Amino acid sequence: MHAIEKILAQASGKPSVTAGEIVTAEVDVGEVNDLYLQVVKSFYELGGTSVAHPERTTFVFDHYSPAPTIKAADNHKQMREFCAKMGIKALFDIGKGVCHQVLIEHGYVAPGSLVVETDSHTTTLGALGAFGTGVGATDMALILRNGSLWFRVPEVMRIIFDGDLKPGVMAKDLILHVIGVLKQDAAIYKCVEFSGSTVSALSVEERLVLCNMSVEMGAKCAYIQPDQKTWEYLARYGVTRAVREVSTDPDYRYSEEHRFDASAIEPSAALPGSVDNLALVKDQRGTHIDQIFIGTCTGGRLNDLRTAADILKGKKVAEGTRLVIIPASEVIFKEALAYGYVQTLTESGAVFSTPGCGPCLGAHEGIIASGEVCLTTSSRNFPGRMGSTDGRIYVVSPATAAASAISGTITDPRSLSNN
Amino acid sequence: MNTIHGCIYTFGNNIDTDQIYPGRYLELTEHAEIGQHAMEGADPTFHTRFAKGGVIVAGTNFGCGSSREHAVITLKNAGVAAVVAKSFARIFYRNCINLALPAIMIPELDEYRLADGDDIDINLFKGIIKSKGVSHNFPPLPGNILELIEKGGVFALYKS
Ligand code: SF4
Repeated sequence: MHAIEKILAQASGKPSVTAGEIVTAEVDVGEVNDLYLQVVKSFYELGGTSVAHPERTTFVFDHYSPAPTIKAADNHKQMREFCAKMGIKALFDIGKGVCHQVLIEHGYVAPGSLVVETDSHTTTLGALGAFGTGVGATDMALILRNGSLWFRVPEVMRIIFDGDLKPGVMAKDLILHVIGVLKQDAAIYKCVEFSGSTVSALSVEERLVLCNMSVEMGAKCAYIQPDQKTWEYLARYGVTRAVREVSTDPDYRYSEEHRFDASAIEPSAALPGSVDNLALVKDQRGTHIDQIFIGTCTGGRLNDLRTAADILKGKKVAEGTRLVIIPASEVIFKEALAYGYVQTLTESGAVFSTPGCGPCLGAHEGIIASGEVCLTTSSRNFPGRMGSTDGRIYVVSPATAAASAISGTITDPRSLSNN
Repeated sequence: MNTIHGCIYTFGNNIDTDQIYPGRYLELTEHAEIGQHAMEGADPTFHTRFAKGGVIVAGTNFGCGSSREHAVITLKNAGVAAVVAKSFARIFYRNCINLALPAIMIPELDEYRLADGDDIDINLFKGIIKSKGVSHNFPPLPGNILELIEKGGVFALYKS
């Protein structure tokens, strides 16, 4: 069996499972974010009176935080009341950060755990050897009521990266490349495992980016085998033990394998409209940018802010271009303050906003106007994702985003380091 | 629920949840209100031109993107009777099952030649799609899903 299958088997009390099988598994941690008052409504409609496991249930206010409208404020209020009534203590109120990062930093994710969130990017957690998947409101209401949910055991597709990354290339470039080659529907219903010498060499923060964006290929969950680095990262947040033992049997057969030479991958971009519309940054140079956004569960971690600060130190954001930076969590924000990155970036002309999703889904804090061009380190560039449907969104790495801020046009980060 | 009769509305590949239901309306919680913004990101005129009982016919990966259940709630409340696509994104598909919106996956949909504006008849239980006098058989949905759809989704199931 694959490690992911072992997690599902153990969580559903079975000796073994196979791909395609439907199992009912106990959920270790359920998370509701602030887009989802519908969970509360559905919970009551399903006849719920008390939450099965209040101690395994979390709420994170990230998408509309702090509340930009009366309606959003009212949704928050009703969720706070629900938590109080149900004895749910893990309510992460405004400014704590994006749900996936918040759960990690507060010790809710360990290798082998089964975590379900009302958000598609829950695949992120696979980078820590957990089974993480997203569901809608009704499924989450069922978890709140019953503590369990049905799952189809996924096939596992393996993506192997070998070779050393070129300077200026980040995990974001790797995953944009993969999605561009394999396309948006390559992994529907599947688990995507990342391995190879490149992945072993990546920091855990960068591995999280790979797993985060595997949902842009349709993945149900993602997986990276935990190693020493994983344990060192988790120890920072007080996690020292696996919830279930995770290992893949040597005779496990992957449904597909794709190999990539990471040393040949260059700074990449997803062109406006779809995440699989791959281009090289160097071929897009010169395009004027109205707004640059560095942030989100994909590109707003400490490593991303450090990369941006290193590039922008002593430089200014070009006139006519806005640089919005939103750390993915409060923990990251504080670290960035301590290291001086916030100071450096603010002096270069960047504008900081509250940890959370920010303009990633077009809710607030940097929505783009009709005809504007935005460069973002987030994960999606569907039409209308960050505001006007006529806005044009390029998805890039934090290095490319920061390098482009200096000239206000799309810039290959390698062209700076040569100076 | 057994048979569906309506008009076809076609869309392309990778219709994501932002196109089905733009993020700017996510704070809405009243279903009737949510129903007024169906497909707005893909076609701002959809709400005015759509006739209740119509069927959306699309390409691959319909419903990709976010987990928002609003995407299914909006289609249901706009009166969409079914979605037929070459493939579906998994969270959207789960949400469809839970809320009893028939989601019919037909990889070889191109051969059916379903055209925008034409009439369509679907028999969910027998697995038959008919348009312009031509019938096609598709593998019917699994029994437990059909049962759930017939009962009216998870909510009705838990109430009964
Ligand atoms: S930061 Fe963006 S992608 Fe991540 S959870 Fe928030 S809205 Fe979704």
